[in-house]
Amino acid sequence: MAEEQVKFGATLKIPGWVSYALIPFVNLLAALLISGIVILIIGDNPLEALKVLIYGAFGYPEAIGYTLYYTTNFIFTGLAVAIAFHCGLFNIGAEGQAALGGIGVSLVCLYFDNLPIWIIIPLAMIAAAIFGAAWAYIPAYLQAKRGSHIVITTIMFNFIAASILTYLLVDILIDPNGQSPESRPFIETTWLPYFHDFIAMPNTPLNISFIYALVLSAGFYFLVWHTRWGYEIRVVGQNEAAARYSGISPSKNIIIAMMISGGLAGFVGINELQGVQHRLILDFTGGYGFVGIAVALMGRNHPIGIFLAALLFGALYQGGSELAFEMRSINKEMVIVIQGLIILFSGALEHMFRPKIEAAYRRFARVQTMGAS
Amino acid sequence: METFQTIILLLDATFRVATPLVLAALAGMFSERAGVVDIGLEGKMLGAAFSAAAVAAVSGSAWIGLGAGILASIALSLLHAYACVTHKGNQVVSGMAINIVVAGLTPTLGYAWFSMGGQTPHLGGDARFKPITLPFAEAAHDIPIIGYIYSELISNHNIIVYLAAASVPICAWIMYKTRFGLRVRAVGENPHAVDTAGISVDWLRYKALIMTGFLCGIAGTYLSTAHGAGFIRDMTAGKGYLALAALIFGKWRPVPTLFACLLFAFTDAVQARLQGVELPIVGVIPVQFIQALPYILTVLLLAGFVGKANPPKSIGVPYIKEK
Repeated sequence: MAEEQVKFGATLKIPGWVSYALIPFVNLLAALLISGIVILIIGDNPLEALKVLIYGAFGYPEAIGYTLYYTTNFIFTGLAVAIAFHCGLFNIGAEGQAALGGIGVSLVCLYFDNLPIWIIIPLAMIAAAIFGAAWAYIPAYLQAKRGSHIVITTIMFNFIAASILTYLLVDILIDPNGQSPESRPFIETTWLPYFHDFIAMPNTPLNISFIYALVLSAGFYFLVWHTRWGYEIRVVGQNEAAARYSGISPSKNIIIAMMISGGLAGFVGINELQGVQHRLILDFTGGYGFVGIAVALMGRNHPIGIFLAALLFGALYQGGSELAFEMRSINKEMVIVIQGLIILFSGALEHMFRPKIEAAYRRFARVQTMGAS
Repeated sequence: METFQTIILLLDATFRVATPLVLAALAGMFSERAGVVDIGLEGKMLGAAFSAAAVAAVSGSAWIGLGAGILASIALSLLHAYACVTHKGNQVVSGMAINIVVAGLTPTLGYAWFSMGGQTPHLGGDARFKPITLPFAEAAHDIPIIGYIYSELISNHNIIVYLAAASVPICAWIMYKTRFGLRVRAVGENPHAVDTAGISVDWLRYKALIMTGFLCGIAGTYLSTAHGAGFIRDMTAGKGYLALAALIFGKWRPVPTLFACLLFAFTDAVQARLQGVELPIVGVIPVQFIQALPYILTVLLLAGFVGKANPPKSIGVPYIKEK
């Protein structure tokens, strides 16, 4: 083993840039390489595709607006999954929690729409958080008190949430003047302000919930690393037995972490429904909850990492639609393939490159120190 | 007589819906009893459905399609094993990654190869598994009750339905009466003990996952070349997760899992009939409630409100050999 040969038996510490920049980059590269092979198989030029993708995501102001709008959703779900990870929980149910959050937002925008916008905005946020948190509370309670595995229960809750949303849209909230399962449009006074209302830029779906996502990211950092709550959540996540011995209740923290998680996921409804769609529709969660897992994994559960990973997936979403538009044989499903491969390499196969890269770094660093002495 | 016929028709539909569930749930049983969580059943089925339909369309033979479906599913299973067993990766993440990759890859390839909006060509003739009329079914049709049951309910299914029925006792036999089955169960409960006995934990889990791939391949093939006539994007529509729920509801054992699958399939068959029907006392039951019922039941079971589910002890934990 490499570390045994280091002088005085001290393990050579792996610097941050290796584990937080180099390794994620190599994983991303591997995912893009395989995606490139898929593009070759279906008979197109991968380099050309990459060029279109990057231009489509960042090449002009409108593209940037769209990219940041998608990024907003991924920040919400990425933070949601990350807080659960800090508590050692795997929240695969952000999709369902986002759906419920959206229902909360819609109820506010549909039934309290005579209120002024500066009351509607916080009210909708609270509704999103409460609905999302409540939906996460049940699996959390069952995990904490009855020992039912949270991965399975949250998967089941995604399906139950989808059924509830369908039921509401087909039977209760459906627009009486419409045919398709969607609610009546929210009136314009309840809409979130767009960015293009304030600054000179083309019309894009980017709205102020992007700012809100950034504020939440800062709050997330503060909560996790600078409050007692965050400390307790992390202790439970690191070592449940140690937490119990030091008087920290694991079940209480499991429930708190999951409710924060559900609340964060619920904010997708703010951006999607109050910000852009302006009505309650089916499937507005669009897989953001699942990709949130990838965002949290890539971002190493840290807000800065999550922002960068969310930006990557936002760019992929926006660049991908450009790709489907520009290139003959590529359709928008190709983006799903790239997403899946990124999750595979940076999540499931994270231990594939890591030992090799770390060993290579140690060898390299040792040679350097020897040369210096 | 009319009620009787309705019940028979309902049960007939139940069998058709239950077939892929039974196969996929048994597939999941091998993986999970060996200690590897498999939420990738959905992706494996979808991958198998696509390659079976694509190969059947090109070759004109449903059997070659079945082979391709099984191979595709085993390949995905090996990928899962490579990530979770060889590299000790997170099993849930791996399963989800496989689901997402396949959900994107199948329409992408379908679009590129067949240019039909992500579908495969319509299958007909020998490219599809057709219903089999069992011996004497025609003659027995007029015998009251028993003959009717035999000819309507038992006969006239395609080969995979019978295969699924046969797979339950076969899998139970493998799991409980063979050395392989004993070892699979042991490795899911206590991999250290298996390792101490000189058996490779990793190789055993690989073998269990190959079984998973094999059965999932048949399940996926059923969807596109027997039940349906070609691949449609996202045609599994959550059946992999439903199978997983059935496996848990069946407490990871073959026969209870079969009944869980039949129960879930029955709710699906009933749901189609109950649409908008006024029932005594409860009134109209929303379709969505019946659709969500299997998931609600599974959550209740997991919570210990209806029975108790004890998962294999070391499920989800990668085995790292002590050095």
